[in-house]
Amino acid sequence: MNTVRSLLDDEWYERYKRISRLNIRSSIYDVTDRCNLRCKGCFFFSSDEHKAAREEKDPARWVEFIERERERGVNLAILIGGEPTLYMDRIEAFYKRLPTYCATNGQIKVPRDRFPDMMVGISLWGDPETEKKLRGRDTFAVSSKNYAGDPYTYYLYTITPRQLGRLGEVVKRIDDVGLKVHMQLLSNDEGVDGFSWTEAQLAQVRDEMDAALERYPRSVISSRYYHEVLTTRIMMGRRFGWQECPSVTEPMDTRSPQPRRLIRFIRWAADLKTMHRCCTSATRDCTTCMDGAAHMSWVMVNKREHLRSTQDLQNWITVYEMFAKLYRFLPW
Amino acid sequence: MKPDIKAVEQRVAEIIISELKLEDVTADSFDRGLDLVDELGIDSMDLTAVVLVLQDEYGITIDEDDYPKLKNLRLIAEYVHARMAG
Ligand code: SF4
Ligand code: SF4
Repeated sequence: MNTVRSLLDDEWYERYKRISRLNIRSSIYDVTDRCNLRCKGCFFFSSDEHKAAREEKDPARWVEFIERERERGVNLAILIGGEPTLYMDRIEAFYKRLPTYCATNGQIKVPRDRFPDMMVGISLWGDPETEKKLRGRDTFAVSSKNYAGDPYTYYLYTITPRQLGRLGEVVKRIDDVGLKVHMQLLSNDEGVDGFSWTEAQLAQVRDEMDAALERYPRSVISSRYYHEVLTTRIMMGRRFGWQECPSVTEPMDTRSPQPRRLIRFIRWAADLKTMHRCCTSATRDCTTCMDGAAHMSWVMVNKREHLRSTQDLQNWITVYEMFAKLYRFLPW
Repeated sequence: MKPDIKAVEQRVAEIIISELKLEDVTADSFDRGLDLVDELGIDSMDLTAVVLVLQDEYGITIDEDDYPKLKNLRLIAEYVHARMAG
């Protein structure tokens, strides 16, 4: 029987022990149905999730809800939208009660006097040309001014096939403003022409992601194994998809047999009653889903699968460390 | 009457082996002091699966806040034994 200790040398074993007891229980919250942008390919609007439920407007109800979530055992709140920064009071209600991560398009700055150490993830879809095409403006020009040098902020760079050959340049711009970046791939929910991945493009993007990580180790929060799993959608010989996905809302998870999954995970709509199927769009086809967080969690919940060899377990550790850094459970 | 602690240990070992589908180990050879997280690499989902069987089988309740105490087979057996009626 392989044990963790038998597979790892002292240095890797210490790294393992830093993360092995973290026991993070996250859930995702739609803070609002509104946004100050309307990006092509945004799953929230393309799948009509903004119409799924009327957002709760009473601040007291938000507080009660968050208290219940805390009692349910959630210890990481991931705020998405719409655009959460349109409602700072709702963000604050979370931040005062739970470790909180806020996704944003970065056009409105989260005031640091009110949220000194809240994790902020700024969405970015590429170079200025792509940003203008897909999001109507070069969001980086504004978000990088708002957050330059901020120690609790990183870019969440969603790579599209059109970004091939340009990854390095986008990462360099982020590095230049003293921020970090984590990468994921676009799932072409709206079927925009030329934005669906081919196998050859996936192989190329993996190489470019590896190269960016190697060239900018200070700025890129990632792992080669994450790149491999995300671009091949295969882990330990298994293929990603509905039957494997860990990021399904627990009370809606009727799969049998149950795969390994995120315990207690729910994605809540902004009415604080409606649940969404999973961490992303309910209309998305699981067979082509490229969701980065779901792939990352897929690796993380399958720890013992990776006890087959030293390399497999080290791979697992690098993905878990990446996750822990993204939410500042480990320092950068 | 309460079974003795050795019998509980043996049964807990069997449950862990079957729930975690462990290979190359038997209830007899299972190291009672092996750290389940640091050595065996189990996570809270694995532990929950084991706990559900223990609760059913021994008619006890195991609070989630107590999970950190359940570090190895010996400690689990002691915990279960202390909570059993009789
Ligand atoms: S900024 Fe985000 S929520 Fe708003 S439209 Fe774009 S992708 Fe959607
Ligand atoms: S769309 Fe993606 S994240 Fe959602 S259930 Fe399917 S595979 Fe999982």
